[in-house]
Amino acid sequence: MNLDFSPEEIAFRNEVREFIRENYPKELEGMGTREDLTREQFLAWHKVLGKKGWSTPAWPEKYGGTGWTSTQRYIWSEENARVDALMPLPFGVAMVAPVIYTFGSEEQKQRHLPGIQSGDVWWCQGYSEPGAGSDLASVKTTAVRDGDHYVINGQKTWTTLAQHADWGFFLCRTDPNAKKPQEGISFILVDMKTPGIEVKPIKLIDGTHEVNETWLTDVRVPVENLVGKENEGWTYAKFLLAHERSGIAGVARSKRGVERLRTIASEELVDGKPLIESQDFARKISQLEIDLTALEFTELRTLASEAAGKGPGPESSILKVKGTEIQQRLTELTLEAVGNYGAPYGYGMENAGNEGFGVGPDHANFAAETYFNMRKTSIYGGSNEIQRNIISKMILGL
Amino acid sequence: MDFNFTEEQSMIRDSLSRLIREQYDFDTRRKVVESESGWRPEMWAQFAELGLLMAPFSEEDGGLGGGPIDAMVVMEEFGKGLVVEPYVPSVVCGGGFLKRGNDAQKEEYLSGVMSGETIFAFAYAEPRGRYNLADLETTAKKDGAGFVLNGHKAVVIGAPWATHFIVTARTSGDRRDSKGVSVFVVAKDAQGVSTRDYPTVDGRRASEVYFENVSVGAESVIGEVDNGLPLIEIVTDEAIAAICAEACGAMKVAHTMTVEYSRQRKQFGVPIGKFQVLQHRMVDMFMEHEQSISMTYMATLKIDEDEVTRKKAASAAKVRIGQAGRFVGQEAIQIHGGMGMTDELAVGHYFKRLTMIDSEFGNVDHHLKRYTALTEMDLPAAAE
Repeated sequence: MNLDFSPEEIAFRNEVREFIRENYPKELEGMGTREDLTREQFLAWHKVLGKKGWSTPAWPEKYGGTGWTSTQRYIWSEENARVDALMPLPFGVAMVAPVIYTFGSEEQKQRHLPGIQSGDVWWCQGYSEPGAGSDLASVKTTAVRDGDHYVINGQKTWTTLAQHADWGFFLCRTDPNAKKPQEGISFILVDMKTPGIEVKPIKLIDGTHEVNETWLTDVRVPVENLVGKENEGWTYAKFLLAHERSGIAGVARSKRGVERLRTIASEELVDGKPLIESQDFARKISQLEIDLTALEFTELRTLASEAAGKGPGPESSILKVKGTEIQQRLTELTLEAVGNYGAPYGYGMENAGNEGFGVGPDHANFAAETYFNMRKTSIYGGSNEIQRNIISKMILGL
Repeated sequence: MDFNFTEEQSMIRDSLSRLIREQYDFDTRRKVVESESGWRPEMWAQFAELGLLMAPFSEEDGGLGGGPIDAMVVMEEFGKGLVVEPYVPSVVCGGGFLKRGNDAQKEEYLSGVMSGETIFAFAYAEPRGRYNLADLETTAKKDGAGFVLNGHKAVVIGAPWATHFIVTARTSGDRRDSKGVSVFVVAKDAQGVSTRDYPTVDGRRASEVYFENVSVGAESVIGEVDNGLPLIEIVTDEAIAAICAEACGAMKVAHTMTVEYSRQRKQFGVPIGKFQVLQHRMVDMFMEHEQSISMTYMATLKIDEDEVTRKKAASAAKVRIGQAGRFVGQEAIQIHGGMGMTDELAVGHYFKRLTMIDSEFGNVDHHLKRYTALTEMDLPAAAE
């Protein structure tokens, strides 16, 4: 065991840092924590990385992974977080792609992986349904075989950024008579331009349009878009969720958030002195940083055991629970730090740009909106209650 | 000891509760909040008609003879309905200063506050002052018989709808000195006053208010020149009691909605309210709400006691309610799941209001510190 970077790793870090400094799109600076971006803004960095071959470090090399060690991947996340880089969205890169390269056909791999890697094709996730949030297996959307097609009918919800999506991956019930809800589900890839798909915005409490309802009415999808075997989609769905959970900890980003919080707390004044000099507040930041360190080392241990060949297991639930609690606490403390200027509603401002919106210090802009938005993190990706159930069942055997 | 409401107070509560139910439903509120002006002057007129705007004033001042308890009753109902109209800025704060002003000031402004025609906003916070009421960069310099004001006031709630401001400014001493603070009435249309208006995250409207060489007469000073801070603290403590009551109303609804949702919403074949882990959290929400009511009563009943008692009571209530509001709001969202995150459901709006109440008139940390300082002041000197 040791924590030092080798000379090669230091060289790698310098190379990455240099690349980011030279290539990170100028128009995205300061936008990394915003939710109201255009498709082009979301994809800008992804496309640069795609050209460089760095958009999908975690993939196996033969599909376009970088072959980096877990330490190099750690360095990669850290360096991107330093500039609040707007990273490739997870739906293609970290969610559907591992399912495709692990369970998909050769044709599916060739057809879909290049577009995910380059950032040309945007994917969305059709998992949750109005009646089934955490109870994911109770899928009601049906896919009925009709010759060479499946005909899909149903409604999905919380489809994140589906308004920009070219393709979606959907969980559909293909066997209505299955004995258990987890059986009889299939994992199907759907071109979002297929007739019968309607995407309707859901406005969230922070004022953004981040998620949608997706309605599917007689949507005809070629059978070759089925991934793996019919009725075995639940296996792939769980595999995907475990992958989602391991990326969900957001350690590097939270570390950057703590740094930003320290800067804010040194600029905000209490009785003329920096807030950071108030012991109460300084201790809260320290506590957060300590919790984050515990999470970081837990994640490093998890990555090490993955590198040793073990796939993400139920332990990844720890990362999801602790990671999201820290993200939420961070935004809560940031809102607290900015004091009165948490109140102005950024997305309601006429001239909200990446320079802030001109009321109060720029660092206070969107503090409340971000705090509100981050309440989602303990709900999505399997709520934190569900994660605790997983640990209780799979690890403690209760 | 008596925790009962008078007949008048019960009547106010019942008729207000009916009005909100009938004309302040969530969808109507949402439309109003998103409208150009962001409020309903006609609703304000109805509040006036019901007597709400005169309820907390004495009969000598032309009011209904009530006081802070009446404001508490009103504010709890306002919290249940997420009312955006400026009762705290105009009636509790504006009225709170004016009822302690001289006869001429009462005559000129107080009847307008009570009829709803004059609307005040309380311009006290500043960009670098955080929650310290004496940390003022706004100055009022003596100029003949009157004063000239210069400065910038931050996040003045209700300012876009106001006709007048109560403005705190430094007339002497150094920044943050407790002496040297004065309170002024300034008409919004006075020469040199400008505003930048904007919506707030919890559905209200506020402004940055700028004063550039604004001349006011000596008659605009409320209370004593240079000795305004004690007055500001009394009014602020009354406002704290009022928004604590509002928080109680908001917590009540957020909790009720959550319990109701947990009965309807099924996952894994059973209503989620059957899961013990959620039951206990909803019980905790209930206890937080009950403690908040207790603290609100306590702070309201102690407003007229001696200075230290009053201040400690207000700070204690604000601390407890800041914590309770955070817990109740966060859990209400969590138990509603994704639905709680949507703008379409009311519960998220209660969460947002509860969040913002914590930072109004000083957050948990500010009031813990104030309470601690007051307690230390109260301790007998150590025998040495």
